[in-house]
Amino acid sequence: MSLLSVRNLRVDFETREEPVHAVRAISFEIPEHSTVALVGESGSGKSVTALSILGLLPATADVRGEVLYEGRNLIKATRPELRALRGAGISMIFQEPMSSLNPVFSVGFQIGEVLRAHRGLSRREARAASLQLLEEVNLSNPRTKLDAYPHQLSGGEQQRVMIAMAIACEPKLLIADEPTSALDVTVQKQILELIAALQRRHRMSVLFITHDLSLVHIIAAHVIVMREGEIREQGDVSQVFGAPRDDYTRMLLAARPRLDAPSPARAGGEETVVFEARGLAKDFGKFKAVKGASFRVARGRTLGLVGESGSGKTTLGLLVARLHQASGGSGLLHGLDAVAVPPKVFKRAVQIVFQNPYASLNPRYSAGEILMEPMRIHGIGAGEAERRGLAAELLARVGLPSSALFKYPHEFSGGQRQRIAIARSLTLKPQLLICDEAVSALDVSIQAQLLNLLRDLQDEYAMSYLFISHDLAVVKSMADEVMVMKDGEIVEMAGAEQLYSDPKHPYTRTLLASVPQ
Amino acid sequence: MSLWRLAWRRFLRDRVGLVSLVIVIAFVALACASAAGWVARDWGEEAGVSYAPPRFLGLQVEEAAAQGAATLRPQETYGIADPLAEELAEIQKDLLGLSGTASRAGTLVFGGDKWGRDVVKKAIKGTETSLVVGLAAAALAAFLGTLFGAAAGYYGRWVDDFFNWLYSVFTSIPYLLLVLAVAAVLNQKGTATVILILGLTGWTGIFRLIRAEYLKHKVREYVLAADAIGASDARRMFAHILPNVSHVVLVQLSLHVVLFIKSEVILSFLGFGVGVDTVSWGSMLAEAPSELILGMWWQIAAATLAMALAVTAFSLFTDSVRDALDPRLQ
Repeated sequence: MSLLSVRNLRVDFETREEPVHAVRAISFEIPEHSTVALVGESGSGKSVTALSILGLLPATADVRGEVLYEGRNLIKATRPELRALRGAGISMIFQEPMSSLNPVFSVGFQIGEVLRAHRGLSRREARAASLQLLEEVNLSNPRTKLDAYPHQLSGGEQQRVMIAMAIACEPKLLIADEPTSALDVTVQKQILELIAALQRRHRMSVLFITHDLSLVHIIAAHVIVMREGEIREQGDVSQVFGAPRDDYTRMLLAARPRLDAPSPARAGGEETVVFEARGLAKDFGKFKAVKGASFRVARGRTLGLVGESGSGKTTLGLLVARLHQASGGSGLLHGLDAVAVPPKVFKRAVQIVFQNPYASLNPRYSAGEILMEPMRIHGIGAGEAERRGLAAELLARVGLPSSALFKYPHEFSGGQRQRIAIARSLTLKPQLLICDEAVSALDVSIQAQLLNLLRDLQDEYAMSYLFISHDLAVVKSMADEVMVMKDGEIVEMAGAEQLYSDPKHPYTRTLLASVPQ
Repeated sequence: MSLWRLAWRRFLRDRVGLVSLVIVIAFVALACASAAGWVARDWGEEAGVSYAPPRFLGLQVEEAAAQGAATLRPQETYGIADPLAEELAEIQKDLLGLSGTASRAGTLVFGGDKWGRDVVKKAIKGTETSLVVGLAAAALAAFLGTLFGAAAGYYGRWVDDFFNWLYSVFTSIPYLLLVLAVAAVLNQKGTATVILILGLTGWTGIFRLIRAEYLKHKVREYVLAADAIGASDARRMFAHILPNVSHVVLVQLSLHVVLFIKSEVILSFLGFGVGVDTVSWGSMLAEAPSELILGMWWQIAAATLAMALAVTAFSLFTDSVRDALDPRLQ
């Protein structure tokens, strides 16, 4: 018996140009008391599908087909009917808990509001019920947290509050749209366990939307794989994962980086040290972001840096690139104090690729201008014509056609933009390239391509990498040596193979145990 | 396709914007033609009788004037001929020049002012003055606001403190009072003075917005990336950030054109504006109160029509420009 059945759902968005077909005639069922995972890369239409169930899409969306919930077609439902259903029959949690909670009301008030609206409880009753809910989602000190405001809670705690709000009225269906994507890996594990426990206890159905295949078998019994608005494959998790029938599913499964894959780490030996950090530190007022980091990066090798959000890994990357002024310690480039090296020389030697390819390229510059600017500044190439030739060569090297020279960032996909960012840093032929979460914002299939590109480039240019990421599997696939950072300190540093097989520090062990496999 | 061309495409789809752009262009063309001396060159010529009515009202008003003339009896001379009559006639002729014999017109196209000058020509000449003042003052204010805002937002620290202090001082004085105070201190009438007054006092709003934009943009990754490839401070400020905030400058620029056209009118109306040898919409309006008492409505009508049309078109054009440049606002 299915709780919700979606039949021939189509969603088109009207734009001034041509209509966008976000969802193209998909059909699936959500059975009672079970969890269905909806998996897809960005732009696959998975979130649009979820929003169309509750009628939350903007007016520009043209929704057709049937969404049957308890025999009613929700697409034809009136606004008051939908409003009565939202929160009570079907509720939803979103990716960003911080922006989903209202910052000016206390947590208790916001949970109570749901109870007062749907169950008609009094203020006092709502407060008592809210407290119970916070206990149920395992929030520590629920009594004090009831009067706390969202900014006083951590990301994981905020997501617990959102879950408490979502289950407040005992919904039959919980839609979770990427509920753990914004959270650290250790917190992610706890939230997944919580959702699974609540699903069993309340005998709910859950529609779990994610881009991360490795989460699916932890939480779901059924899986639906979407791509470009179409369902490529659906079925039991064991069947889809064990024997995928669709090429795309197979590709997705193959592309995801795995912790149990062998590390490409090369054996140590006599190496020239390109960069050495001696007690690099950075304070922001009283807050110590980086508390004395020391390490060496050898020529042609990759040093991985893993840590959760707020661990100071990005700040350390910026310190190495001298984009932040260090408050203590020193960096040595080929044994010379970096402060003594003229900025222009230093910047040619050390380059950086940022996380967000949508933010790191100037939207007003064409790809050609973006690549030719560093050459112009550093006097590379004799004249514009030669520089344009060099830029085209570099674009070809990162896998883009020379027609890309005249296009602007918004005309490229995320992966292509990151290729341009990499090409920009290559213009200066750096000896050390800092990759700060360089592939984290990208879909797994694109991620795999870029990691391959980075490996090839390393061999070709004999570059050293400082590879920063929160993703332990990605770091393992790249690094010779790995550092683990927590609260501004490097807690463990070892060869990649050794660190992953025999972690010494308890934090490293927790991290590794939290990674979904 | 660059973002500018995308914005232009969006603008082309906006009908109201296109119509107002055409009107704005027409006004600017009129102002240019007037500046070049192709039209309204002879606006100062006393072509008609004092308060000559518009031609389409001509008949009744002329009759009324004729009746008035009939009641006046010629002066009694007791049969003695004026011995100076011939000389006076000569002098009169000289004063009026060659056209001395030509009599002044009884009516003009849209009426005349106290000295019989054509109000249509005055309105055209006034368009030139008002548009020049509006555009030049807005350009000056936008330049100062952008420069100060960029420096304050980008460098922060004491530079920011200094410009914020300056901003607070300027905004703590009521706007018109400040404008009048500067006008009184400069004590020199003329178009250039008005431009300076408005430009030097009007940069504050633009400064505040641009400073905020720079604060936001200087920590963006593309600026960090520019730092990483070794771009200088000036390059990051003006080659990287400025193109990304230029839509704000552009929208503010056209908003201020409207604001300054209105301010010029107020200044001239109060007598602090352009000199007596120049005409602007404001100076036309300043003459209006005494005329209205006598029932001569055409000068205020001409100035108001021109101003309303220009200002409305410019405002709508600004709205469309903003929509085209920043589609998220819609």
